[in-house]
Amino acid sequence: LFLFPAERSNLAGVRHILLVLSGKGGVGKSTISTELALSLRHSGKKVGILDVDLCGPSIPHMFRVQDNDVHQCDSGWVPVFVDQDKSISLMSIGFLLEKPDDAVVWRGPKKNALIKQFVADVAWGDLDFLIVDTPPGTSDEHISTVEALRPYKPIGAILVTTPQAVSVGDVRRELTFCKKTGLPVLGIVENMSGFVCPHCSECTNIFSKGGGEELAKYAGVPFLGCVPLDPQLSQSLEEGRDFIQEFPKSSAFPALAHIAQQILDGTSQQSS
Amino acid sequence: SSDSRDEALRDKRTQIQSRGLPKQKPIEGIKQVVVLASGKGGVGKSTTAVNIALALAANDSTKEVGLLDADVYGPSIPKMMNLKGNPELTPKNLMRPLKNYGIACMSMGFLVEETAPVVWRGLMVMSAVEKLLRQVDWGHLDYLIIDMPPGTGDVQLSVSQNIPIAGAVIISTPQDVALLDARKGAEMFRKVHVPVLGLVQNMSVFQCPKCKHETHIFGADGVRELAKTLGLDVLGDIPLHVNIRETCDSGQPVVISHPQSDAVSLVHCASDNKKPSPRS
Repeated sequence: LFLFPAERSNLAGVRHILLVLSGKGGVGKSTISTELALSLRHSGKKVGILDVDLCGPSIPHMFRVQDNDVHQCDSGWVPVFVDQDKSISLMSIGFLLEKPDDAVVWRGPKKNALIKQFVADVAWGDLDFLIVDTPPGTSDEHISTVEALRPYKPIGAILVTTPQAVSVGDVRRELTFCKKTGLPVLGIVENMSGFVCPHCSECTNIFSKGGGEELAKYAGVPFLGCVPLDPQLSQSLEEGRDFIQEFPKSSAFPALAHIAQQILDGTSQQSS
Repeated sequence: SSDSRDEALRDKRTQIQSRGLPKQKPIEGIKQVVVLASGKGGVGKSTTAVNIALALAANDSTKEVGLLDADVYGPSIPKMMNLKGNPELTPKNLMRPLKNYGIACMSMGFLVEETAPVVWRGLMVMSAVEKLLRQVDWGHLDYLIIDMPPGTGDVQLSVSQNIPIAGAVIISTPQDVALLDARKGAEMFRKVHVPVLGLVQNMSVFQCPKCKHETHIFGADGVRELAKTLGLDVLGDIPLHVNIRETCDSGQPVVISHPQSDAVSLVHCASDNKKPSPRS
Protein backbone atom coordinates (compact mmCIF):
# COMPACT_ATOMS: atom_id res chain seq x y z
CA LEU A 1 0.00 0.00 0.00
CA PHE A 2 1.69 3.19 -1.17
CA LEU A 3 0.92 6.23 0.96
CA PHE A 4 2.20 9.73 0.26
CA PRO A 5 4.30 10.70 3.28
CA ALA A 6 3.17 14.04 4.73
CA GLU A 7 6.56 15.66 4.02
CA ARG A 8 5.97 15.38 0.28
CA SER A 9 2.58 17.13 0.28
CA ASN A 10 2.13 20.39 -1.57
CA LEU A 11 1.83 22.25 1.71
CA ALA A 12 5.05 20.83 3.15
CA GLY A 13 7.03 23.95 2.22
CA VAL A 14 4.51 26.36 3.76
CA ARG A 15 5.68 27.52 7.17
CA HIS A 16 2.56 29.23 8.52
CA ILE A 17 -1.07 29.00 7.39
CA LEU A 18 -3.56 31.58 8.54
CA LEU A 19 -7.21 32.13 7.69
CA VAL A 20 -9.01 35.43 7.30
CA LEU A 21 -12.59 35.05 8.48
CA SER A 22 -15.62 37.13 9.19
CA GLY A 23 -19.18 36.31 9.96
CA LYS A 24 -20.24 39.35 7.95
CA GLY A 25 -19.95 40.02 4.25
CA GLY A 26 -18.34 43.13 2.84
CA VAL A 27 -16.16 44.01 5.82
CA GLY A 28 -12.99 43.83 3.79
CA LYS A 29 -11.67 40.28 4.19
CA SER A 30 -10.19 40.17 0.69
CA THR A 31 -8.88 43.71 0.98
CA ILE A 32 -7.26 42.93 4.34
CA SER A 33 -5.89 39.60 3.02
CA THR A 34 -4.33 41.48 0.11
CA GLU A 35 -2.98 44.29 2.30
CA LEU A 36 -1.62 41.81 4.83
CA ALA A 37 0.15 39.85 2.08
CA LEU A 38 1.70 43.08 0.80
CA SER A 39 2.78 44.11 4.30
CA LEU A 40 4.35 40.73 4.99
CA ARG A 41 6.14 40.89 1.65
CA HIS A 42 7.36 44.36 2.61
CA SER A 43 9.01 42.63 5.58
CA GLY A 44 10.77 40.24 3.21
CA LYS A 45 8.46 37.24 3.44
CA LYS A 46 7.20 34.98 0.65
CA VAL A 47 3.43 34.88 0.75
CA GLY A 48 0.67 32.90 -0.94
CA ILE A 49 -3.05 33.68 -0.95
CA LEU A 50 -5.62 30.92 -1.33
CA ASP A 51 -9.01 32.39 -2.23
CA VAL A 52 -11.74 29.90 -1.26
CA ASP A 53 -14.59 32.30 -1.95
CA LEU A 54 -16.04 30.39 -4.87
CA CYS A 55 -19.06 32.62 -5.49
CA GLY A 56 -17.31 35.96 -5.28
CA PRO A 57 -13.57 35.53 -5.89
CA SER A 58 -12.10 38.99 -5.42
CA ILE A 59 -8.39 38.23 -4.98
CA PRO A 60 -7.33 37.98 -8.66
CA HIS A 61 -9.01 41.31 -9.30
CA MET A 62 -7.20 43.06 -6.45
CA PHE A 63 -3.86 42.14 -7.99
CA ARG A 64 -5.11 42.82 -11.51
CA VAL A 65 -4.26 39.32 -12.72
CA GLN A 66 -7.83 38.15 -13.27
CA ASP A 67 -7.10 37.27 -16.92
CA ASN A 68 -4.25 34.92 -16.06
CA ASP A 69 -4.52 31.20 -16.61
CA VAL A 70 -3.51 28.44 -14.26
CA HIS A 71 -0.98 25.91 -15.52
CA GLN A 72 -0.30 22.39 -14.40
CA CYS A 73 2.96 20.84 -13.34
CA ASP A 74 3.94 17.41 -12.03
CA SER A 75 2.78 18.09 -8.49
CA GLY A 76 -0.44 19.85 -9.44
CA TRP A 77 -1.57 23.39 -10.20
CA VAL A 78 0.94 26.18 -10.42
CA PRO A 79 -0.22 29.25 -8.50
CA VAL A 80 -0.35 32.59 -10.31
CA PHE A 81 2.50 34.98 -9.44
CA VAL A 82 1.63 38.63 -9.25
CA ASP A 83 4.99 39.97 -10.39
CA GLN A 84 8.51 39.13 -11.50
CA ASP A 85 9.91 38.56 -8.01
CA LYS A 86 7.44 35.72 -7.46
CA SER A 87 7.12 36.88 -3.88
CA ILE A 88 3.33 36.69 -3.88
CA SER A 89 1.43 33.77 -5.41
CA LEU A 90 -2.33 33.29 -5.71
CA MET A 91 -4.89 30.59 -6.29
CA SER A 92 -8.56 31.32 -6.85
CA ILE A 93 -11.51 29.95 -8.75
CA GLY A 94 -11.38 33.28 -10.54
CA PHE A 95 -8.53 31.93 -12.68
CA LEU A 96 -10.44 28.81 -13.63
CA LEU A 97 -13.51 30.52 -15.04
CA GLU A 98 -13.82 30.82 -18.79
CA LYS A 99 -15.09 34.37 -18.57
CA PRO A 100 -14.55 36.54 -15.50
CA ASP A 101 -18.30 37.21 -15.33
CA ASP A 102 -19.24 33.54 -15.17
CA ALA A 103 -21.36 32.83 -12.12
CA VAL A 104 -20.50 29.82 -9.99
CA VAL A 105 -23.89 28.62 -8.84
CA TRP A 106 -23.00 25.44 -7.02
CA ARG A 107 -24.42 23.53 -4.13
CA GLY A 108 -22.29 22.39 -1.21
CA PRO A 109 -20.86 19.04 -2.33
CA LYS A 110 -19.36 20.50 -5.51
CA LYS A 111 -17.83 23.36 -3.55
CA ASN A 112 -16.32 20.90 -1.06
CA ALA A 113 -14.69 18.91 -3.84
CA LEU A 114 -13.01 21.98 -5.29
CA ILE A 115 -11.82 23.25 -1.93
CA LYS A 116 -10.21 19.87 -1.18
CA GLN A 117 -8.40 20.16 -4.51
CA PHE A 118 -7.30 23.71 -3.77
CA VAL A 119 -5.80 22.60 -0.49
CA ALA A 120 -4.09 19.47 -1.76
CA ASP A 121 -3.24 20.11 -5.40
CA VAL A 122 -1.67 23.56 -5.60
CA ALA A 123 2.13 23.44 -5.85
CA TRP A 124 2.90 26.35 -3.51
CA GLY A 125 6.58 25.51 -3.10
CA ASP A 126 8.29 27.29 -0.22
CA LEU A 127 6.23 29.98 1.46
CA ASP A 128 6.60 31.82 4.76
CA PHE A 129 2.86 32.47 4.96
CA LEU A 130 -0.24 31.11 3.25
CA ILE A 131 -3.21 33.40 3.77
CA VAL A 132 -6.59 31.76 3.18
CA ASP A 133 -9.28 34.28 2.21
CA THR A 134 -12.81 33.00 2.90
CA PRO A 135 -16.36 34.01 1.97
CA PRO A 136 -18.65 35.38 4.69
CA GLY A 137 -20.50 33.04 7.04
CA THR A 138 -19.96 29.62 8.54
CA SER A 139 -21.00 27.29 5.76
CA ASP A 140 -19.75 24.56 3.45
CA GLU A 141 -16.68 26.47 2.36
CA HIS A 142 -15.60 27.09 5.94
CA ILE A 143 -16.27 23.60 7.23
CA SER A 144 -14.47 22.05 4.27
CA THR A 145 -11.53 24.44 4.43
CA VAL A 146 -10.94 23.92 8.15
CA GLU A 147 -11.25 20.14 7.75
CA ALA A 148 -8.92 20.02 4.78
CA LEU A 149 -6.33 22.26 6.48
CA ARG A 150 -6.44 20.51 9.86
CA PRO A 151 -3.55 18.07 9.18
CA TYR A 152 -1.33 21.05 8.32
CA LYS A 153 -2.01 22.81 11.63
CA PRO A 154 -2.89 26.41 10.67
CA ILE A 155 -1.56 28.93 13.18
CA GLY A 156 -5.01 30.45 13.50
CA ALA A 157 -7.55 32.92 12.16
CA ILE A 158 -7.81 36.68 11.90
CA LEU A 159 -11.36 37.92 12.22
CA VAL A 160 -12.31 41.06 10.33
CA THR A 161 -15.23 43.22 11.30
CA THR A 162 -16.52 46.72 10.73
CA PRO A 163 -17.38 48.56 13.92
CA GLN A 164 -21.17 48.51 13.53
CA ALA A 165 -23.50 46.33 15.55
CA VAL A 166 -24.72 44.02 12.77
CA SER A 167 -21.15 43.15 11.83
CA VAL A 168 -19.99 42.63 15.38
CA GLY A 169 -22.97 40.31 15.96
CA ASP A 170 -21.96 38.12 13.05
CA VAL A 171 -18.33 38.06 14.10
CA ARG A 172 -19.27 36.91 17.59
CA ARG A 173 -20.78 33.87 15.92
CA GLU A 174 -17.63 33.35 13.91
CA LEU A 175 -15.62 33.37 17.17
CA THR A 176 -17.80 30.53 18.43
CA PHE A 177 -17.17 28.69 15.15
CA CYS A 178 -13.43 28.98 15.73
CA LYS A 179 -13.77 27.66 19.26
CA LYS A 180 -15.92 24.73 18.13
CA THR A 181 -13.53 23.75 15.36
CA GLY A 182 -10.42 24.23 17.47
CA LEU A 183 -9.05 27.06 15.33
CA PRO A 184 -6.96 29.50 17.41
CA VAL A 185 -7.97 33.16 17.05
CA LEU A 186 -4.96 35.37 16.30
CA GLY A 187 -7.05 38.47 16.81
CA ILE A 188 -9.70 40.87 15.56
CA VAL A 189 -9.23 43.64 13.01
CA GLU A 190 -11.65 46.56 13.03
CA ASN A 191 -11.86 47.68 9.39
CA MET A 192 -13.48 50.78 7.86
CA SER A 193 -12.96 52.36 11.26
CA GLY A 194 -13.40 56.05 10.62
CA PHE A 195 -13.32 58.14 7.50
CA VAL A 196 -11.17 61.24 7.26
CA CYS A 197 -12.60 63.82 4.89
CA PRO A 198 -9.83 64.58 2.37
CA HIS A 199 -11.03 68.17 2.24
CA CYS A 200 -11.31 69.28 5.83
CA SER A 201 -9.81 66.32 7.74
CA GLU A 202 -12.93 65.87 9.85
CA CYS A 203 -13.18 62.27 10.93
CA THR A 204 -16.66 60.75 10.61
CA ASN A 205 -17.41 57.31 11.97
CA ILE A 206 -19.64 56.23 9.13
CA PHE A 207 -19.77 52.63 10.28
CA SER A 208 -19.42 53.52 13.97
CA LYS A 209 -16.25 52.97 16.01
CA GLY A 210 -14.92 50.71 18.69
CA GLY A 211 -17.20 47.72 18.10
CA GLY A 212 -14.34 45.46 17.09
CA GLU A 213 -12.15 46.51 20.00
CA GLU A 214 -14.98 45.94 22.48
CA LEU A 215 -15.67 42.51 21.02
CA ALA A 216 -12.00 41.55 21.36
CA LYS A 217 -12.02 42.62 24.99
CA TYR A 218 -15.29 40.79 25.68
CA ALA A 219 -14.14 37.60 23.98
CA GLY A 220 -10.65 37.70 25.44
CA VAL A 221 -8.86 37.67 22.09
CA PRO A 222 -6.11 40.07 20.93
CA PHE A 223 -7.20 43.27 19.23
CA LEU A 224 -4.91 43.71 16.24
CA GLY A 225 -5.92 47.26 15.35
CA CYS A 226 -8.21 49.69 13.53
CA VAL A 227 -7.91 50.21 9.79
CA PRO A 228 -9.45 53.44 8.46
CA LEU A 229 -11.62 53.81 5.35
CA ASP A 230 -9.39 54.97 2.56
CA PRO A 231 -11.20 56.09 -0.60
CA GLN A 232 -7.87 56.12 -2.40
CA LEU A 233 -7.77 52.34 -2.20
CA SER A 234 -10.95 51.65 -4.13
CA GLN A 235 -10.25 54.56 -6.44
CA SER A 236 -6.90 53.12 -7.37
CA LEU A 237 -8.57 49.83 -8.26
CA GLU A 238 -11.26 51.61 -10.28
CA GLU A 239 -8.76 53.62 -12.23
CA GLY A 240 -6.62 50.58 -12.91
CA ARG A 241 -3.71 51.97 -10.98
CA ASP A 242 -1.34 49.54 -9.34
CA PHE A 243 -2.65 48.81 -5.87
CA ILE A 244 0.68 47.24 -5.00
CA GLN A 245 2.48 50.52 -5.66
CA GLU A 246 -0.24 52.75 -4.21
CA PHE A 247 -0.72 50.85 -0.99
CA PRO A 248 2.40 52.02 0.89
CA LYS A 249 1.22 55.62 0.48
CA SER A 250 -2.30 54.98 1.77
CA SER A 251 -3.54 55.93 5.21
CA ALA A 252 -4.35 52.27 5.84
CA PHE A 253 -0.70 51.20 5.46
CA PRO A 254 0.57 51.99 8.98
CA ALA A 255 -2.32 50.07 10.53
CA LEU A 256 -1.64 47.05 8.30
CA ALA A 257 2.08 47.20 8.96
CA HIS A 258 1.28 47.06 12.68
CA ILE A 259 -1.03 44.06 12.20
CA ALA A 260 1.60 42.27 10.11
CA GLN A 261 4.21 42.96 12.79
CA GLN A 262 2.03 41.37 15.46
CA ILE A 263 1.65 38.28 13.27
CA LEU A 264 5.40 38.13 12.70
CA ASP A 265 6.08 38.53 16.42
CA GLY A 266 3.58 35.79 17.21
CA THR A 267 5.09 33.34 14.73
CA SER A 268 8.70 34.02 15.67
CA GLN A 269 7.76 33.39 19.31
CA GLN A 270 6.30 30.04 18.30
CA SER A 271 9.37 28.85 16.45
CA SER A 272 11.85 29.96 19.13
CA SER B 1 -31.38 0.56 -33.33
CA SER B 2 -28.45 2.20 -31.44
CA ASP B 3 -30.07 5.58 -32.25
CA SER B 4 -33.34 4.57 -30.66
CA ARG B 5 -31.38 3.22 -27.67
CA ASP B 6 -29.60 6.59 -27.31
CA GLU B 7 -32.89 8.39 -27.49
CA ALA B 8 -34.43 6.11 -24.91
CA LEU B 9 -31.41 6.76 -22.68
CA ARG B 10 -31.75 10.53 -23.11
CA ASP B 11 -35.45 10.40 -22.31
CA LYS B 12 -34.83 8.30 -19.23
CA ARG B 13 -32.10 10.70 -18.08
CA THR B 14 -34.36 13.74 -18.51
CA GLN B 15 -37.11 11.92 -16.63
CA ILE B 16 -34.85 11.12 -13.70
CA GLN B 17 -33.34 14.62 -13.60
CA SER B 18 -36.70 16.32 -13.64
CA ARG B 19 -37.91 14.13 -10.81
CA GLY B 20 -35.06 15.45 -8.69
CA LEU B 21 -35.88 19.13 -9.17
CA PRO B 22 -38.26 20.69 -6.67
CA LYS B 23 -41.54 21.95 -8.09
CA GLN B 24 -42.27 25.65 -7.75
CA LYS B 25 -45.29 26.17 -5.53
CA PRO B 26 -46.61 29.59 -4.51
CA ILE B 27 -47.12 30.33 -0.80
CA GLU B 28 -50.79 30.70 0.00
CA GLY B 29 -51.89 34.24 0.78
CA ILE B 30 -48.81 35.96 -0.64
CA LYS B 31 -49.45 38.00 -3.77
CA GLN B 32 -45.94 38.91 -4.87
CA VAL B 33 -42.46 37.91 -3.81
CA VAL B 34 -39.53 40.23 -4.43
CA VAL B 35 -36.02 39.14 -3.58
CA LEU B 36 -33.17 41.47 -2.71
CA ALA B 37 -29.79 40.03 -3.65
CA SER B 38 -26.33 41.19 -4.49
CA GLY B 39 -23.73 38.50 -4.97
CA LYS B 40 -21.40 40.61 -2.84
CA GLY B 41 -21.54 40.77 0.93
CA GLY B 42 -21.82 43.98 2.88
CA VAL B 43 -23.31 46.22 0.19
CA GLY B 44 -26.41 46.93 2.24
CA LYS B 45 -28.95 44.27 1.27
CA SER B 46 -30.49 43.94 4.71
CA THR B 47 -30.37 47.67 5.41
CA THR B 48 -32.06 48.39 2.09
CA ALA B 49 -34.52 45.49 2.40
CA VAL B 50 -35.71 46.77 5.76
CA ASN B 51 -36.05 50.34 4.56
CA ILE B 52 -37.72 49.36 1.29
CA ALA B 53 -40.25 47.17 3.12
CA LEU B 54 -41.04 50.11 5.39
CA ALA B 55 -41.19 52.55 2.47
CA LEU B 56 -43.60 50.25 0.60
CA ALA B 57 -45.86 50.13 3.65
CA ALA B 58 -45.57 53.89 4.21
CA ASN B 59 -46.33 54.74 0.58
CA ASP B 60 -49.58 52.76 0.63
CA SER B 61 -51.07 51.96 3.99
CA THR B 62 -53.52 49.48 2.48
CA LYS B 63 -50.67 47.15 1.53
CA GLU B 64 -49.51 44.38 3.84
CA VAL B 65 -45.77 43.79 3.65
CA GLY B 66 -43.71 40.90 4.99
CA LEU B 67 -39.96 40.57 5.33
CA LEU B 68 -38.10 37.26 5.24
CA ASP B 69 -34.47 37.15 6.26
CA ALA B 70 -33.03 34.23 4.30
CA ASP B 71 -29.48 34.80 5.54
CA VAL B 72 -29.19 31.88 7.94
CA TYR B 73 -25.51 32.46 8.70
CA GLY B 74 -25.65 36.17 9.41
CA PRO B 75 -29.25 37.24 10.09
CA SER B 76 -29.30 41.01 10.44
CA ILE B 77 -33.05 41.68 10.27
CA PRO B 78 -33.83 41.07 13.96
CA LYS B 79 -31.37 43.75 15.05
CA MET B 80 -32.48 46.25 12.43
CA MET B 81 -36.19 45.77 13.10
CA ASN B 82 -35.65 45.73 16.87
CA LEU B 83 -37.25 42.30 17.20
CA LYS B 84 -36.24 39.52 19.54
CA GLY B 85 -37.54 36.22 20.79
CA ASN B 86 -38.81 32.86 19.61
CA PRO B 87 -41.88 32.85 17.35
CA GLU B 88 -45.13 31.46 18.76
CA LEU B 89 -46.84 28.54 17.11
CA THR B 90 -50.38 28.72 15.73
CA PRO B 91 -52.86 25.88 16.33
CA LYS B 92 -51.90 24.62 12.86
CA ASN B 93 -48.25 24.41 13.98
CA LEU B 94 -47.10 27.32 11.83
CA MET B 95 -44.68 29.93 13.16
CA ARG B 96 -46.19 33.33 13.76
CA PRO B 97 -44.03 36.07 12.24
CA LEU B 98 -42.81 38.77 14.62
CA LYS B 99 -44.17 42.21 13.81
CA ASN B 100 -42.76 45.67 14.18
CA TYR B 101 -43.60 48.95 12.45
CA GLY B 102 -46.41 47.01 10.75
CA ILE B 103 -44.09 44.59 8.94
CA ALA B 104 -44.32 40.82 9.52
CA CYS B 105 -40.80 39.42 9.86
CA MET B 106 -39.24 35.98 9.97
CA SER B 107 -35.57 35.23 10.37
CA MET B 108 -33.18 32.51 11.46
CA GLY B 109 -32.17 35.02 14.08
CA PHE B 110 -35.43 34.33 15.95
CA LEU B 111 -34.71 30.63 16.08
CA VAL B 112 -31.15 30.56 17.34
CA GLU B 113 -29.34 32.35 20.15
CA GLU B 114 -27.71 35.59 19.14
CA THR B 115 -24.21 34.31 19.71
CA ALA B 116 -24.70 30.82 18.30
CA PRO B 117 -23.19 30.27 14.84
CA VAL B 118 -25.12 28.21 12.34
CA VAL B 119 -22.45 25.87 11.10
CA TRP B 120 -24.43 23.93 8.55
CA ARG B 121 -23.73 22.40 5.20
CA GLY B 122 -25.95 23.24 2.25
CA LEU B 123 -28.45 20.43 2.69
CA MET B 124 -29.50 21.54 6.15
CA VAL B 125 -29.69 25.12 5.03
CA MET B 126 -32.08 24.12 2.25
CA SER B 127 -34.49 22.53 4.67
CA ALA B 128 -34.25 25.50 7.05
CA VAL B 129 -35.08 27.93 4.25
CA GLU B 130 -38.02 25.74 3.25
CA LYS B 131 -39.33 25.99 6.81
CA LEU B 132 -38.82 29.75 6.96
CA LEU B 133 -40.87 30.02 3.77
CA ARG B 134 -43.66 27.55 4.26
CA GLN B 135 -43.99 26.84 7.95
CA VAL B 136 -44.84 30.48 8.69
CA ASP B 137 -48.32 31.90 9.15
CA TRP B 138 -47.80 34.85 6.83
CA GLY B 139 -51.51 35.58 6.48
CA HIS B 140 -52.37 37.76 3.49
CA LEU B 141 -49.45 39.75 2.15
CA ASP B 142 -49.32 42.02 -0.87
CA TYR B 143 -45.53 41.84 -0.89
CA LEU B 144 -43.03 39.50 0.65
CA ILE B 145 -39.52 40.94 0.53
CA ILE B 146 -36.85 38.28 0.84
CA ASP B 147 -33.43 39.43 2.01
CA MET B 148 -30.93 37.02 0.49
CA PRO B 149 -27.50 36.18 1.87
CA PRO B 150 -24.40 37.06 -0.16
CA GLY B 151 -23.20 34.62 -2.79
CA THR B 152 -24.75 32.51 -5.50
CA GLY B 153 -25.32 29.16 -3.86
CA ASP B 154 -27.67 26.90 -2.00
CA VAL B 155 -30.03 29.49 -0.52
CA GLN B 156 -30.51 31.43 -3.74
CA LEU B 157 -31.08 28.21 -5.66
CA SER B 158 -33.48 26.80 -3.08
CA VAL B 159 -35.59 29.93 -2.93
CA SER B 160 -35.75 30.39 -6.72
CA GLN B 161 -36.62 26.74 -7.33
CA ASN B 162 -39.17 26.57 -4.53
CA ILE B 163 -41.48 29.54 -5.06
CA PRO B 164 -42.49 31.76 -7.98
CA ILE B 165 -40.67 35.09 -7.70
CA ALA B 166 -42.12 38.28 -9.18
CA GLY B 167 -38.69 39.80 -9.52
CA ALA B 168 -35.24 40.29 -8.12
CA VAL B 169 -33.54 43.54 -7.18
CA ILE B 170 -29.77 43.56 -7.16
CA ILE B 171 -27.95 45.91 -4.84
CA SER B 172 -24.39 46.97 -5.29
CA THR B 173 -21.94 49.63 -4.27
CA PRO B 174 -20.10 51.39 -7.11
CA GLN B 175 -16.92 49.44 -6.27
CA ASP B 176 -15.36 47.19 -8.90
CA VAL B 177 -15.30 44.02 -6.83
CA ALA B 178 -18.94 44.55 -5.80
CA LEU B 179 -20.00 45.07 -9.41
CA LEU B 180 -18.22 41.87 -10.43
CA ASP B 181 -20.34 39.93 -7.97
CA ALA B 182 -23.51 41.86 -8.85
CA ARG B 183 -23.01 40.78 -12.42
CA LYS B 184 -22.72 37.17 -11.27
CA GLY B 185 -25.87 37.64 -9.23
CA ALA B 186 -27.73 38.86 -12.32
CA GLU B 187 -26.39 35.90 -14.28
CA MET B 188 -27.57 33.51 -11.59
CA PHE B 189 -31.12 34.87 -11.72
CA ARG B 190 -31.04 34.52 -15.49
CA LYS B 191 -30.08 30.86 -15.08
CA VAL B 192 -33.00 30.14 -12.77
CA HIS B 193 -35.44 32.23 -14.84
CA VAL B 194 -36.16 34.93 -12.28
CA PRO B 195 -36.76 38.39 -13.84
CA VAL B 196 -34.38 41.10 -12.61
CA LEU B 197 -36.35 44.28 -11.92
CA GLY B 198 -33.25 46.44 -11.76
CA LEU B 199 -30.20 47.54 -9.80
CA VAL B 200 -29.90 49.77 -6.76
CA GLN B 201 -26.72 51.74 -6.21
CA ASN B 202 -25.94 51.94 -2.51
CA MET B 203 -23.23 53.87 -0.65
CA SER B 204 -22.90 56.03 -3.74
CA VAL B 205 -21.43 59.14 -2.18
CA PHE B 206 -20.49 60.50 1.24
CA GLN B 207 -20.99 64.12 2.25
CA CYS B 208 -18.74 65.33 5.06
CA PRO B 209 -21.08 66.62 7.78
CA LYS B 210 -18.65 69.44 8.56
CA CYS B 211 -17.57 70.89 5.23
CA LYS B 212 -20.14 69.28 2.91
CA HIS B 213 -17.38 68.04 0.62
CA GLU B 214 -18.56 65.00 -1.32
CA THR B 215 -16.32 61.95 -1.53
CA HIS B 216 -17.09 58.90 -3.62
CA ILE B 217 -15.56 56.48 -1.15
CA PHE B 218 -16.46 53.33 -3.03
CA GLY B 219 -16.22 54.79 -6.51
CA ALA B 220 -18.75 56.63 -8.65
CA ASP B 221 -21.47 55.53 -11.03
CA GLY B 222 -20.21 51.99 -11.44
CA VAL B 223 -23.73 50.64 -10.97
CA ARG B 224 -25.17 52.89 -13.67
CA GLU B 225 -22.58 51.62 -16.12
CA LEU B 226 -23.24 48.01 -15.20
CA ALA B 227 -26.98 48.59 -15.58
CA LYS B 228 -26.39 49.96 -19.06
CA THR B 229 -24.28 46.95 -20.01
CA LEU B 230 -26.85 44.50 -18.72
CA GLY B 231 -29.81 46.44 -20.11
CA LEU B 232 -31.33 46.97 -16.67
CA ASP B 233 -32.84 49.98 -14.92
CA VAL B 234 -31.25 51.73 -11.98
CA LEU B 235 -34.08 51.80 -9.47
CA GLY B 236 -32.38 54.11 -7.03
CA ASP B 237 -29.22 55.73 -5.79
CA ILE B 238 -28.70 55.78 -2.03
CA PRO B 239 -25.90 57.79 -0.44
CA LEU B 240 -23.71 56.86 2.53
CA HIS B 241 -25.20 58.57 5.50
CA VAL B 242 -24.23 58.06 9.12
CA ASN B 243 -27.93 58.17 10.00
CA ILE B 244 -28.71 55.04 8.04
CA ARG B 245 -26.16 52.96 9.94
CA GLU B 246 -26.94 54.55 13.32
CA THR B 247 -30.64 53.92 13.04
CA CYS B 248 -30.17 50.34 11.89
CA ASP B 249 -27.86 49.65 14.82
CA SER B 250 -30.50 50.99 17.20
CA GLY B 251 -33.36 49.14 15.55
CA GLN B 252 -35.20 52.21 14.28
CA PRO B 253 -34.63 52.15 10.51
CA VAL B 254 -34.20 55.53 8.93
CA VAL B 255 -37.49 55.41 6.97
CA ILE B 256 -39.29 55.39 10.32
CA SER B 257 -37.03 57.56 12.42
CA HIS B 258 -36.06 60.27 9.92
CA PRO B 259 -38.83 60.21 7.33
CA GLN B 260 -37.95 63.65 6.01
CA SER B 261 -34.30 62.98 5.27
CA ASP B 262 -32.83 62.95 1.75
CA ALA B 263 -31.71 59.38 2.07
CA VAL B 264 -35.26 58.32 2.80
CA SER B 265 -36.72 60.10 -0.22
CA LEU B 266 -34.28 58.13 -2.33
CA VAL B 267 -35.36 54.87 -0.72
CA HIS B 268 -38.96 55.76 -1.49
CA CYS B 269 -37.97 56.34 -5.11
CA ALA B 270 -36.36 52.96 -5.24
CA SER B 271 -39.36 51.21 -3.74
CA ASP B 272 -41.72 53.01 -6.11
CA ASN B 273 -39.74 51.97 -9.14
CA LYS B 274 -39.51 48.48 -7.90
CA LYS B 275 -43.17 47.62 -7.48
CA PRO B 276 -43.73 44.78 -9.94
CA SER B 277 -46.81 45.02 -12.14
CA PRO B 278 -49.78 43.24 -10.57
CA ARG B 279 -50.43 39.77 -11.92
CA SER B 280 -53.89 38.50 -12.69
